[in-house]
Amino acid sequence: MTIVLENLDLVVRAFATTLVLFAVSAVLSVVGGTLLAAMRVGPVAVLRAAGATYVSLVRNTPLLLVLLFFRFAAPKIGITYDVIDLTFGGVNLDNLFTAAVVALSVYTSAFVCEALRSGINAVPLGQAEAARAIGLPFGGVMRQVILPQAVRASVPPLASVLIALLKNTTVAGAFGVFEAFARMRSFTNDDPTQRYGVFLTFALLFVVLVLAVSFVANRLERRWRVA
Amino acid sequence: MSASVLYDAPGPRTVRRHRLYTVLVSLVLLGIVALVLLRLQQKGQFDYDLWEVFITPRYVEVILVDGVLTTLKMAASAVVGALVFGLVLGVAKLADRRWISVPAAVVVEFFRAVPALLMMILVFFTFGVTRGESGAYWSVVVALTLYNGSVLAEVFRAGIVAVPKGQSEAAYALGMSKNQVTNLILLPQAVKIMLPSIISQCVVALKDTSLGYAVAAPGLTAVTRLIYLQFNNQVPAIFVTAALYILMCLALTLLATWVQKRYVGERNPLDVTRVGAVGVGSGAGAGTV
Repeated sequence: MTIVLENLDLVVRAFATTLVLFAVSAVLSVVGGTLLAAMRVGPVAVLRAAGATYVSLVRNTPLLLVLLFFRFAAPKIGITYDVIDLTFGGVNLDNLFTAAVVALSVYTSAFVCEALRSGINAVPLGQAEAARAIGLPFGGVMRQVILPQAVRASVPPLASVLIALLKNTTVAGAFGVFEAFARMRSFTNDDPTQRYGVFLTFALLFVVLVLAVSFVANRLERRWRVA
Repeated sequence: MSASVLYDAPGPRTVRRHRLYTVLVSLVLLGIVALVLLRLQQKGQFDYDLWEVFITPRYVEVILVDGVLTTLKMAASAVVGALVFGLVLGVAKLADRRWISVPAAVVVEFFRAVPALLMMILVFFTFGVTRGESGAYWSVVVALTLYNGSVLAEVFRAGIVAVPKGQSEAAYALGMSKNQVTNLILLPQAVKIMLPSIISQCVVALKDTSLGYAVAAPGLTAVTRLIYLQFNNQVPAIFVTAALYILMCLALTLLATWVQKRYVGERNPLDVTRVGAVGVGSGAGAGTV
């Protein structure tokens, strides 16, 4: 435990990196997932097939392999992530960080797509039929009737996906991004006798973060609950 | 909801427009694929000596035996452990006595919220680090057992709750005790409802065995790493490994879909609550991540 208290600045920096990694990947994968979901429910068959293929390939690949690919294989074909190299208050946004963001977003987009699609599927059939019966075109059906209800229905599965993303950021720690998991591993490595204290500290901090995401989702769910 | 409900059967003008979209989209997608292939070609990723290792019988054997088989064994051990752990905790969560149900719920929520990698490191430094390869192997199995077990505990709980209420009421009316009702009436019926969720959790366990990379555990990922370190063929090695994982996971997913159709029907999948979602009615999952 003392190793954590003595290096509190390193712990804070590690969790800051975790949170930045989570936030950036979350935004990118929600955007990507929305595009994929639009492809999968739209009327163009080729897009539907492409979206379905992407989702079933990515969902069945371990995240670790996706990271392995973007970290070690992508540079072989000339993708070196040299575009970004910044440091904000001890959080390194270098090429390793960028590789992790790309991998996490590519992976999580597929799950976000499925969460949104399950939200659209949760809207009762009669809603779409009624909307069409009163003469709304496809755009109107989607914009005014289906999507407002689908967004509400997809809050719980989307929250599960984001919580999984938060926990998945730890995998980036195995690839040179100094976030919470990498920090915990180096503490444990430096002094194995304190491993329980170190583990409990980091585990409880993760529990707090997960509960925070869950809390926000609960509030949204309550506020948007259909009477 | 099938997509066709969202819009009318397209008329002649819309059909023409969709045909145009199809052509445009196909061109764009083909263009992307062509660009990727061209890039791989330019960087010499299709060279025979980068791929030769995957048709060399000695290496194929290593990939299949030390890689695929070890990974499957690891996943199977973790799933068996998780089923036992999950069954105990899931039933404990439904206990009448609060001193049983509350600690069980806390344990389940804790292990569901903590990333499996953290647990893996703790187990590894507690007993695995001095035991070489088998130490790393069992650290992965223990960590995945704890994580998947706590997820399965939630599945078991939801499955037992999903059995129609009349069943337990009738059993109590016959004078059965709570244990008898759970063991003889509820669990056998719940298994059917839970099977699809259990199988999709197997997919998660199988995918997560690759996390053993962080503690240098044996398995498919370790074999891949050795191969690309020796032959410097990162791109082909990772493609082949990904293909193997996708095949294994797709087979399990197909099995889960078939079981769902055969035993559960069109009914909604289990209502497994989200981690930390206390006091919220529904939390329909979008499949496990």
